[in-house]
Amino acid sequence: MAEREGLFHAFLIKYAEIGIKGKNRYLFEDALMRQIRFALRGAEGKFSVRKETGRIYVEEEGAFDPDEVTERLGRVFGISGICPMVQFEYKEFADIRERVVDYAGRVHPEGNFTFKVQTKRANKGFPMDSNEINARLGEALLEAYPSLKVNVHEPDVFFYVEVRERVNLYSRVLPGPGGMPVGTSGKAMLLLSGGIDSPVAGYMTAKRGVSIDAVYFHAPPYTSERAKQKVVDLAKIVSRYSGPMKLHVINFTDIQLCIYDQCPHEELTIIMRRYMMRIAEAIAKESGALALVTGESIGQVASQTLPSLACTGEVCDLPVIRPVIGFDKQEIVDIALKIDTFETSIQPFEDCCTIFVAKHPVIKPNRKIIRRSEEKLAGKIEEMVKTALETREVVEIQAP
Amino acid sequence: MRRNEKGVGPGKQYDRTDQEDEEAMEAYLDNSATTKVFEPVKDIVVKAMTEDYGNPSSLHKKGVEAERYVKAAAESVAKTLRAAPSEIIFTSGGTESNNMAVIGAARAMRRAGKHLITTTIEHPSVSNVFRYLEEEEGFSVDYIPVDENGHVRQDALLAALREDTTLVSVMYVNNEIGSRNPVGEIGAVIKKKNPKTLFHVDAIQAYGKYRICPKREQIDLLSVSGHKIHGPKGVGFLYVKSGTKLLPVVYGGGQQKGMRSGTHNVPGIAGMGEAARLIYEDHEEKIRAMYGLKKRFVELVTDLPGTKINGLTGEESAPHVVSVSFEGIKSEVLLHALEDKGIFVSSGSACSSNHPALSGTLRGIGLKRELLDATLRFSFSVFTTEEEIRYTAEVLKELLPMLRRYARR
Repeated sequence: MAEREGLFHAFLIKYAEIGIKGKNRYLFEDALMRQIRFALRGAEGKFSVRKETGRIYVEEEGAFDPDEVTERLGRVFGISGICPMVQFEYKEFADIRERVVDYAGRVHPEGNFTFKVQTKRANKGFPMDSNEINARLGEALLEAYPSLKVNVHEPDVFFYVEVRERVNLYSRVLPGPGGMPVGTSGKAMLLLSGGIDSPVAGYMTAKRGVSIDAVYFHAPPYTSERAKQKVVDLAKIVSRYSGPMKLHVINFTDIQLCIYDQCPHEELTIIMRRYMMRIAEAIAKESGALALVTGESIGQVASQTLPSLACTGEVCDLPVIRPVIGFDKQEIVDIALKIDTFETSIQPFEDCCTIFVAKHPVIKPNRKIIRRSEEKLAGKIEEMVKTALETREVVEIQAP
Repeated sequence: MRRNEKGVGPGKQYDRTDQEDEEAMEAYLDNSATTKVFEPVKDIVVKAMTEDYGNPSSLHKKGVEAERYVKAAAESVAKTLRAAPSEIIFTSGGTESNNMAVIGAARAMRRAGKHLITTTIEHPSVSNVFRYLEEEEGFSVDYIPVDENGHVRQDALLAALREDTTLVSVMYVNNEIGSRNPVGEIGAVIKKKNPKTLFHVDAIQAYGKYRICPKREQIDLLSVSGHKIHGPKGVGFLYVKSGTKLLPVVYGGGQQKGMRSGTHNVPGIAGMGEAARLIYEDHEEKIRAMYGLKKRFVELVTDLPGTKINGLTGEESAPHVVSVSFEGIKSEVLLHALEDKGIFVSSGSACSSNHPALSGTLRGIGLKRELLDATLRFSFSVFTTEEEIRYTAEVLKELLPMLRRYARR
């Protein structure tokens, strides 16, 4: 690795989906560049991100840790591949040959593989054409490393050589996360709990280019300060992917107790969820979000059966996006592990509010009955919702 | 709507009425978790960090200055135990002292036998060490039960003692309910049956509350932590009776006669030495005052309906711990409700259902299952005032009916 550290000074960013967006393409590219800049902000080193003839380059100015940079770039949606790249000046072909041979020895020390040289000659003034450069570089590599073989159809390694004002040379393509750059598809309001599912739902929504704000329902003393800290920590992890977000912390205790006092206990969770949706929608509309996002998955718990989802979804006009709706728990856990929210999610702080969970909650709520139960809250709860919205705390979340 | 730019950092961020009311009452009743340092302790720690910051192992003057702090601290704590300074080994705290005592003694004596005894109500820094020795090093361990007051059953202990028992470890004061074991009697039982068996006492909750004399109580090893007696965190000591066979657990540069390698934590050690000296100054008076507070608190709490005090409540148990079960209330909810009123306590056990390890002590004394996670520990210190006690009782009186109204149906 130390070998490579001084070697790479730039990254070529490949992007797939945004390449096909026609005239809006520049919007997507600009968003991608912005997200790349954001992702690299906390990294060691100074970077310039620029666009040149339909490609994005990240170039460093000074010392940096290539592993850290590739890790951070690996979290930027819209990137399909990250190519650590060597850039060098040249006068004549001998310069290029020498650098390519040196590069191959350092970056692919394993020695015995098949390869192909793929040259692009943007500098039309260069005296050789690309086929000739391919052939001459191939020869040079075979001569320097006799254990290599050429395979032009299915090589193990492509050496990409771009002859421009300088030469760009790369051979490794690290996979990016795919998706679309955040900020290209509007904003959504995520209902973030301390559990496993909702951070994953936020991640998946952000992957499609949607920026995220989040709302958390805090119920002191039934949920502790640590439970809230856990949600803040989860939001920070999600924001590594989604970019900075606002976390709205709603004090939900009075509303919860009011429902507890007035409504049948088996309906408590459903009615509570309905108020959470209403509050989330109010914040969403205020902050220009176009949809709500939840971590619900059909049938996972009583409040997530299809009738329950219909019942909680009916209280808002905004579409409710449920990215993990068809996933089994294990599938959600796998993503949570991949994006690093799992360890935080399983910290056991949240379930002191079990008193608000009936032993036998309704699993097929009848909407008419639920609406009638809610009528008993009229006259008191509106004021409480208003207060909860007004007194909410807004935490600015930014990944380090 | 309030903006919080920094996120939730240390310190409270969400609304509390006490933000408007600077004079809001606060009662820190979690002194068994940790204590506030004495002012002179802070001063000596700062001095050892900023002026006399040498390494006691250095040969030059700076080293000699630092060494003086360590010597003074060893003398100070040794004096409180009527022991010799050479019998004190400084550690990183209670947990390390317990590890060192149990592992160090078990290993040092393993040729004489591989049978060990402890109790069912030890702190995890003792019980998990025994579990480790059992599972990984082939020792066999007997766990002696306690009676309903949290006292070790001496008949069971006597029956468990064998020819090849090399170590018995018993806590002096229980950290959850404050029960006090008669370590002198227990020492006599052990030594009468088998004089070679080592006797370790975890005195982390007892030191500073009782005058302990290891020699008279036939204790070979005694663990103490600095921050429970208004000293700094990250420092403690193990008393090792001279001549006791003990293997080190930490190896390295051979400091402290090879028993505990690593550069001395001079500021911590100096601070603990000072705290030990101060806590035993006018000691009887301090303890009498603490018993007064305890008595008052017990009276006030007993008057509240649906409460049960665990363990003995008078001077038979430690002066600083009162364990209370509240029927029909989840301890963690009550804890946070108290916190909201500026009262800081510990829960008797974990609230969360994800956390199966309900308190060993509370189960050990036969507390009913439904009270296991309805129990709080209130613990006092020399800084605790009568006003705090009264305020806490008032707040409880107000909160209990409110919280009981909202129970899981």
